Amino acid sequence: MLYINCPHCGMRSQNEFSYGGDASVKRPLLNKEVSDQEWDDFVYNRKSLRGKHLELWHHISGCRQWIKVERDTSTHEIFRTFKADEEVV
Amino acid sequence: MTQNFRVKNGGLINRDKKLSFTFNGKSYFGFEGDTLASALLANGVHLVGRSFKYHRPRGFFGAGVDEPYAIVQLYRNGETEPNIKATEQELFDGLEAKSVNCWPSVNFDIGAVNNFLKIFLPAGFYYKTFMWPKSFWYRIYEPLIRKAAGLGVASTKHDKERYEHKYEYCDLLIAGSGPSGLASAYAAAKNGAKVILAEDKPRFGGTLLTSDVNISNLSGKDWSEAIISELKEMPNVLVKNRSQIFGYYDHNMLVMSEKVSDHLPKTKKYHPNKRLWYIRAKEVLISSGSIERPIVFGNNDTPGVMLSSAAKEYLKVYGVLVGKKPLVFTNNDSGYETAIEFKKNGVDPVVLDTRKNPNSEIIDEAIDLGIDIKFSYVVVAAQGYKKVKSADIASISDDKKKLGKLESFECDCICVSGFWTPTIHLASQSGNKTIFKEEIDAFVPGKSKQNETTLGAANGIFSLEETLKTSFEAGNELSKKITKTDKKISVPNVVEKKSSQHDKFWCVPLPKGKNYKRFLDFQNDVAVSDIEIALREGYRSIEHVKRYTTLGMATDQGKTSNLNGLQLVSEIENKVVPSVGHTTFRPPYTPVSIGAIVGREVGKHSKPTRKSPMHLWHEKNNAVFVDAGVWLRPRYYRIGNETLFEASKREAKNVRSNVGVCDVTTLGKIDVKGPDAVEFLNRVYTNAWLKLPVGKARYGVMLREDGIVMDDGTTTRISENHYHMTTTTAQAANVLSHLEYYLQLVWPELNVNVVSTTEQWAGAAIAGPKSRDLLQKLFPKIDVSNEGIPFMGFTEEDLFGVKARIFRISFSGELAYEVNVESDNGNFMWEKIIEKGQEFNIQPYGTEALSTLRIEMGHVAGSELDGRTIPYDNGLDGLLSKKKDFIGKRSLQREAFVSENRQRLVGVIPIDKKTSIPEGSHLVKDAKAPLPNPKLGHISASCWSVEYDNPFSLAILKDGKNMIGEKLFAMSPLKNKIIPVEIVSSHYVDPKGERVRS
Repeated sequence: MLYINCPHCGMRSQNEFSYGGDASVKRPLLNKEVSDQEWDDFVYNRKSLRGKHLELWHHISGCRQWIKVERDTSTHEIFRTFKADEEVV
Repeated sequence: MTQNFRVKNGGLINRDKKLSFTFNGKSYFGFEGDTLASALLANGVHLVGRSFKYHRPRGFFGAGVDEPYAIVQLYRNGETEPNIKATEQELFDGLEAKSVNCWPSVNFDIGAVNNFLKIFLPAGFYYKTFMWPKSFWYRIYEPLIRKAAGLGVASTKHDKERYEHKYEYCDLLIAGSGPSGLASAYAAAKNGAKVILAEDKPRFGGTLLTSDVNISNLSGKDWSEAIISELKEMPNVLVKNRSQIFGYYDHNMLVMSEKVSDHLPKTKKYHPNKRLWYIRAKEVLISSGSIERPIVFGNNDTPGVMLSSAAKEYLKVYGVLVGKKPLVFTNNDSGYETAIEFKKNGVDPVVLDTRKNPNSEIIDEAIDLGIDIKFSYVVVAAQGYKKVKSADIASISDDKKKLGKLESFECDCICVSGFWTPTIHLASQSGNKTIFKEEIDAFVPGKSKQNETTLGAANGIFSLEETLKTSFEAGNELSKKITKTDKKISVPNVVEKKSSQHDKFWCVPLPKGKNYKRFLDFQNDVAVSDIEIALREGYRSIEHVKRYTTLGMATDQGKTSNLNGLQLVSEIENKVVPSVGHTTFRPPYTPVSIGAIVGREVGKHSKPTRKSPMHLWHEKNNAVFVDAGVWLRPRYYRIGNETLFEASKREAKNVRSNVGVCDVTTLGKIDVKGPDAVEFLNRVYTNAWLKLPVGKARYGVMLREDGIVMDDGTTTRISENHYHMTTTTAQAANVLSHLEYYLQLVWPELNVNVVSTTEQWAGAAIAGPKSRDLLQKLFPKIDVSNEGIPFMGFTEEDLFGVKARIFRISFSGELAYEVNVESDNGNFMWEKIIEKGQEFNIQPYGTEALSTLRIEMGHVAGSELDGRTIPYDNGLDGLLSKKKDFIGKRSLQREAFVSENRQRLVGVIPIDKKTSIPEGSHLVKDAKAPLPNPKLGHISASCWSVEYDNPFSLAILKDGKNMIGEKLFAMSPLKNKIIPVEIVSSHYVDPKGERVRS
């Protein structure tokens, strides 16, 4: 079971969170013309990365904040975590 | 029976407390502190079971967790548990056990005929033989094999025992209380670290209980007792016996199974049977020791052949002789320790040492004691069927290839020592890449992967002095980092005998003309010849060899067989062991009860149960409940002997003709507040929200980004910037997460807050033509006319002193109101409604009547919004705003979603107007078309229309828009039904929607 550092609550076990997928996906702006390809990339197409992955987790049984987690998908090592509005560099 | 094999003195058992038990129906006595194994051996019982494949007789091989043979069916307090290791089961008064896998009895086992057929049962036999004809597998082969090869029998009764889960956090978790565990725990505890020390056996101390050593002028046992009692007194230390750490998971989470009650005749009141601990540790110290490995020779599975360390443990801990004419067969010094123990107890052993002229303190001691030792000698084969009667022994050449002349040697047990295998399971589970250590012919942990440190014998260190020194250091260093305290402890003075190098010999060659079975895996009957076959047939990867031969796949998971298997493969393949590699160590280290894993989450505790504030009223009024997600909702209220069908029809009819009341507390409720709340709703819902006035509700549909309908419900504008959103019962949690996602990640610039208020409000829907009259009685002072509270109107009023919200919304399609009060007042509201409704013939109605009412009105619910439909499919396309963007809108332009003959919601009536159509039935054009019959649509919901008194269903049908009036067939192969049907509009009752507005 992963041990995730919630930027709001501190170290918490994985069973308090739910997984939210790739955090690097940006929703196209509202009312903007988008091509089918662009829209498909937003809704469906995801990389199945091996290695460092920036992903969303929702602290569903805690502070209910969505957070960003930088995790290695093959070793489960967690490098850094961020608040929803923090820019990841 | 007398305990003929119990020595007069010694052992750690309590000889003052005699315990009686039965094995295979026969009564015996043992002492408190015995295991079932030691008590049986004390009574001279060596035959305990039959092997898995050949049904060969099985005795005892070890004295603990590594035991491959002695698994029994245990009976305790009216319950039974299969596959219990007799070597781990502590004796209690009244214990009953039986052998497993033998029929009709352990002494006469019919399956043993396999033993003579073994030439036909080599590796991969099942795979090769039972393949053809294919149809025979399920009907004939599998049931037969299952019967023949079963282990114990699982109980089919409900388990009355209780199991608990516990979460714990600590600085240092230490697995194993042998010398390295005790030393590291002590050093860490002195530094103030929070320490958990776990020991799988009932007694702490590990090998200190059985080895002849001296620490700080105390015997090993006394020293360990002193340390443990000091640790027990320290508030920062938790010591746990009977507790096996069986899994090392990600981020230093370890799981431990504590046997709380297995050693007692009956679980104490309020105690669990087992407790599963999830422990998150900052540092993990693995002090799991090592397991002696056997030397492979002919018939080495005969009862009476056992590990030399086990024989020593039975003597030192339990005061039991495993034989009175012992033969010790060793390739290292450990065998001598066992021989010396025998000698000290008045029994004369003979030692066969594979080495030519070894030299060490302990060998000198054995010689001084007058023990008969034969160097360069081996056991070629054990003789005897149900018990060792003699051994064929022979001298062996220096290159270990040639055997001398066979001599028969009379003995009643053969104690084998093939050196030690470190128990690296936990380290390996942590992700540690193990390395092969040539000096000890075994794998040890390599570089730490997580925060694990392996100590002592588990790390391949077999000297006590070295073990204690490194373990005190490790405990101190690791705890110091955490507590910033450094209390150095001086390493105690150790007296132990120095050992000489072991012999890298592990398998006795077959003598000419002999074809003895030489077993590697004792529980699964995998012999040297099976591995040879697998390799001859081309299996190379050790993982494949394992699965093809089942080596190491029995309940003992190869604790005594893995390394010898690797030796064999590397020898045949002419490779070195490290390049063959070992199979993956996976949790659990030892079998864990399913009950312990499940914990308290059984029966009604398998998920939380949510009840509305009116639940007790429902119960008192004969409600029959149904699970709605985690909620319990009244399905119907039974009067007399009514069936579900009769009751729901009565309740629904009463709504259509009088007035009914339904508990709608379970609907999800979300408060949406803030200056941008309306803008947010406008993006979340498909329809327009900007012009909704205060005091009005609106129905809305929300989509996922892929255009599929996510949920529907009404949202009411309570005040300027405050909206009250309702969701379906099932989707409440998902919708909240969805809203939070957009507010926190996509549109953080919106100034909006959302919070669930589901539990804050109790809700009652009052529906039916007389609901307005009833509302007037409930709120005598207000104007309830169509002008006072119009359709989709909202107002906050006083209900006999209680604050109430009135929404004029309807799911049933009748004139209806929903009244909400704070949860604590829910029952008060409900009782008032029932009381004031009497004169209008009010009846409560459950979910079944609710479904009937909404189906015949053509209102969609979860069975239509099933995660596969878009708004058009549900006839909700009128709610798609063309003027604004919203979540999922772009997806609705996808080709499939705009196709001409897109599926759509329709009504379905059986042509005979009598036959109910099963939900899930497929709609087809031609009932007799060849399979697979092209499916045009499916029945999503069915009811008995109370308005027209005939069956009515909703369906999602291909090109539904143009199918009204068509005749099709509803087919349900599951229910074996083919029903001719007619397609009609989904709005079956009141198609213009006049009643809700009346």
